[in-house]
Amino acid sequence: MTSKERAIASINQDYLEKYGFHDPEEYLLRTPKGLSHEVVEMISRYKQEPDWMREIRHRALDIFLAKPMPTWIDQSMLAELNFDDLYYYMKPPGELTRDWDEVPERIKKTFDRLGVPEAERKFLAGVSAQYESEVVYHSIREDLEKQGVIFLDIDSGLKEHPGIIKKFFGSVVPAADNKFAALNTAVWSGGSFVYVPPHTKVEIPLQAYFRINSKNIGQFERTLIIADEGAFVHYIEGCTAPVYSSDSLHSGVIELIAMKGAHIRYSTIQNWSTNVFNLVTQRAKAYENAIVEWVDGNMGSKVTMKYPAVILAGEGAHGEVLSIAFAGNGQHQDAGAKMIHLAPNTTSRIISKSISKDMGRSSYRGLVKMTPGSTGCKSHVECDALLIGAEARSDTYPTMEIAEDDVSVEHEARVSKLADEQLFYLQSRGLSEDQARLMIVNGFIEPFVKELPMEYAVELNRLIALEMEDSVG
Amino acid sequence: MTTVERKPVFSCQDVHVYVEDKEIVKGVSFEIFPGEKHALMGPNGSGKSTLAAALMGHPAYRVEGEILLNGEPVSGLPADERARRGMFLSFQYPVAVPGVSVASFLRAALSARRGADVPVREFRTLMSEAFDVLGMPRSFMARYLNDGFSGGEKKRLEILQMLILKPVFALLDETDSGLDIDALKVVSDGINRAAGGETGVLLVTHYQRILNYVAPDAVHVFMNGRIVRSGGPGLALELEERGYDWVEPEAAAVVGGTQ
Repeated sequence: MTSKERAIASINQDYLEKYGFHDPEEYLLRTPKGLSHEVVEMISRYKQEPDWMREIRHRALDIFLAKPMPTWIDQSMLAELNFDDLYYYMKPPGELTRDWDEVPERIKKTFDRLGVPEAERKFLAGVSAQYESEVVYHSIREDLEKQGVIFLDIDSGLKEHPGIIKKFFGSVVPAADNKFAALNTAVWSGGSFVYVPPHTKVEIPLQAYFRINSKNIGQFERTLIIADEGAFVHYIEGCTAPVYSSDSLHSGVIELIAMKGAHIRYSTIQNWSTNVFNLVTQRAKAYENAIVEWVDGNMGSKVTMKYPAVILAGEGAHGEVLSIAFAGNGQHQDAGAKMIHLAPNTTSRIISKSISKDMGRSSYRGLVKMTPGSTGCKSHVECDALLIGAEARSDTYPTMEIAEDDVSVEHEARVSKLADEQLFYLQSRGLSEDQARLMIVNGFIEPFVKELPMEYAVELNRLIALEMEDSVG
Repeated sequence: MTTVERKPVFSCQDVHVYVEDKEIVKGVSFEIFPGEKHALMGPNGSGKSTLAAALMGHPAYRVEGEILLNGEPVSGLPADERARRGMFLSFQYPVAVPGVSVASFLRAALSARRGADVPVREFRTLMSEAFDVLGMPRSFMARYLNDGFSGGEKKRLEILQMLILKPVFALLDETDSGLDIDALKVVSDGINRAAGGETGVLLVTHYQRILNYVAPDAVHVFMNGRIVRSGGPGLALELEERGYDWVEPEAAAVVGGTQ
């Protein structure tokens, strides 16, 4: 085997051991395979939801059924996604708790193995752990709770704060937005509800951890984060799943609302196994002088379609998307960003980096829109693609809709091959070919990594090292 | 009784270099003893840089002939193995690696050369000294490797690497090009320090200028893929005065006389 062939063979090689294990399938309730109004009714009844939410779900299902699949993607991407072959709701054993000791042993072990309780002790202000369709563990530091910060699983949020949920649910991502938003709205379960009161800064991050264990399951997290005036919060989500030969679906909807002067940072380290379709709608609304940042790392999954968006609705608001995608063999990362400038003097920045290796494929798909009256707005878009190997592929689909003269829009796109001259230079200093390759790739993603909290930067570097690894070791 | 035999740190014997099927270097032989500095002088396009890169193990070239480092053959080895054994190439055009800091690169290189991680404290001390010798501010440590560096800054960093990696044998490819006179002095001083002990050096250059600061023990004139003439330091001055054309007729004679 040449070193290149070994590299191809080694992609995600320790995923199985590290994340790809699975527990026996156990559940208290599982809806029958496939999607129907009966399934939707069952989920809503089981959760004892108010009628208005049940109606939202049924209407959303009608929208989902009526909407065609997206026509603007490569049709091969979702060809293998079979909506009839999935379970849409699976309630794991045990009740939601704030105490790790009360989490059923097997599930606790899983999260232990993934390092979640340890991370909570070390550097998180709150943790949510979702297993299949439900959050099994949820906690927040007492001091934050005393300051009025709400961090709940969204089902509890709906029970305890129905007024807020009713007002904001679907206000940023309506069910009719796209086929997958409609699907999520119909069968959503789990996810977080966060509210940060005015001028409250949550200095250390909150994290949600998503785990799919069973085969052929759909996971539909629904998250709503509201930062009130002048508040700050950093929310992180991480995702893994076992390796199966049949496909699973993760289709989340994330809505962020940053009130005047608020600042929300939302980071994702997505490392689904390569049998998961990851089709997520993330969108934020930023009011006057608010800042919203999406930091989006897509390492895993079979197919990802994800275009974090910021609607810049108030004067002086700033939106930012910093994303990195790694497409190894058989993976297709279709990621990007959208910035919708509705108000004057709003600014946005998109930095997208992708690495395609071997037969991997990554795409940047972006939109910058400046509406009439959005005077003095600025947007800067930078796309860098790194190709490793002759078969790797990268595409860029930038869209600019500019309906105002007094604006500034910059777009830079670069595609580079991992250069032989860089390799030779580093090798001439004693670094092995693998070390050199890894150093070049790590350098390429450095601007992304430095935006992550230390622990995640280390984890991401480790993941990249595994992806790049040439031989077993 | 044994006699101490002085062995070359580097030697090559009848080296030919091909790019695809084209022969660029057509049979080169020389040997360099510990502490010796040789200059390889030749006009542009004569194949000097190709020879330097090929000796270092650039994968784009096919090489025939014998190459010995400390008496051991290195011909079949990849560049990184040659480097770990003590070969060094100062690039004519050092390559930028964005996102990789100078410090992390140097630490990785030094650890590779030694075969063991370099303790942080020792690394810092070494860096401080080396940066002072090359007249580079410490802020360079945090900059990305050769990214946005001026030509002169790149060359200083090359010699800084030579200084800390302590090679057995160093190939310096056009290290003087793109340097103003002050930078040339500083870089030359760095070369002299780095080569102070047993290190052998091959200075590949077009001009005689750097030889005013880095005194060679021997000079080889390289034209059209061959060493056409070798001599003492005086040969460089003669070349400077009379130009490469002067060697040309003799080149033919020498070529005719080679085996």
